[in-house]
Amino acid sequence: MSELKQELKEKIIEQLNLEDVAVDEIQDNDLLFGEGLGLDSIDALELIVMLDKDYGIKLADPKEGRKIFESVQTMAAYIEANRSR
Amino acid sequence: MKKPVYIQSVGSVSAQKTFDSSSFLEDIITYNDTTVRVIDPNYKEYIPPAAARRMAKGIKMSTVSAKNALTEADLEEREVDAIIVGTGLGCIGDSEKFVKDIIDNDEQFLTPTRFIQSSHNTVAGQIALGMGCKGHNFTYVHSSISLESSLLDAKLQLEEDEAQTILVGAVDELVDHHVNTHHLIGHIKKEPTETFNVLKSQTKGAIFSEGAHFFVLSNKKKAGSYAELLGIKTFNTLQIEEVENEILQFLNENILDPEEIDLLLLGNNGDVEFDTYYQTLNEGTFVSHSKAYFKHLSGEYDTANGFGFWLANKILKEGVVPSAVLRDNHEITSPKTILIYNQYRGENHSLLLLRKC
Repeated sequence: MSELKQELKEKIIEQLNLEDVAVDEIQDNDLLFGEGLGLDSIDALELIVMLDKDYGIKLADPKEGRKIFESVQTMAAYIEANRSR
Repeated sequence: MKKPVYIQSVGSVSAQKTFDSSSFLEDIITYNDTTVRVIDPNYKEYIPPAAARRMAKGIKMSTVSAKNALTEADLEEREVDAIIVGTGLGCIGDSEKFVKDIIDNDEQFLTPTRFIQSSHNTVAGQIALGMGCKGHNFTYVHSSISLESSLLDAKLQLEEDEAQTILVGAVDELVDHHVNTHHLIGHIKKEPTETFNVLKSQTKGAIFSEGAHFFVLSNKKKAGSYAELLGIKTFNTLQIEEVENEILQFLNENILDPEEIDLLLLGNNGDVEFDTYYQTLNEGTFVSHSKAYFKHLSGEYDTANGFGFWLANKILKEGVVPSAVLRDNHEITSPKTILIYNQYRGENHSLLLLRKC
């Protein structure tokens, strides 16, 4: 699980072009959207594509994303429970 | 009655230090390569990190260039009536990545950011979003007359007083796949060439580059105005033997005699195959005219004439022709009327006529 969280932090930084953010600056329970990392709706789409491409998880209901993408912790838990690759 | 059109301000990001308006081509940077990239300004001074992270290089260059032009024109946000941008290839870097993603991922897993930025009109849209400008927003894509098409649209609107202040820009970025394909078809020089001496080159192809050049145009003259834009004419095709006559016709349409042109600014790029178009002006009517050049400083790209337009405006306002743009070493003091002639590979020719305010 901790390896997955590290992997997710690296992917978030790389795929969302967070040039000024380092992996160790993102805490497991930091909010990703809003006042946390400041991600927006386009980032949410990028994360949905990432779940599908890298972990084989298709989000049928985009509204699910609100809970799943709350933090690296919630993302990692959801991926662990649902991944097909 | 048609209103006159003035250039109120300029902004430029190029292979020279043109984004810094404190000097005017005093410190020339020479490269020895087949492609040349811009000197990057400190983008963080102009663009918030949250906004910059999703921006392609073309958008960043344009944002800096546009902001510098708007600041110099002393314009507040939302004070321009229109934003018109010319680009040959738009944000081609993200277009290439988007297409590569389609291929690599078998048409699956396409992300939105690259798609959003893969269209040609991204730059004009992003600048408008940043400024909160809801006015006319248009992008012209027409190879080496993209900027000229934008200037023509702006000029027509300003002359008819349909708009009073317009931000006009030109941008093209240099990216790997584009460079690779143009190497293959011989449009880029095969061997590294010293940029400052490229106009003496005896080989085919050009040194490719990139840049963003923005201008505020208005139908109201101000104390700081750079120049009056007298005329624009474009030609998709033109034979070498037609060039001189077309220029004479253009001058006649603008009620000017050839003797009234103080400086010819020419778009030679060192391609031995196509610089012959400009060489026709070294004989005939224009044999004795003073001539200046700019692509040994800017490199070649679809909107490289934006550098030429920037240069002409600076020359007219400052009354100085930098020695770096002259080849025959004779000084030209304070020219009042400049004609810019540009073409790329024998197609898409343009004439721009500027007069000191």
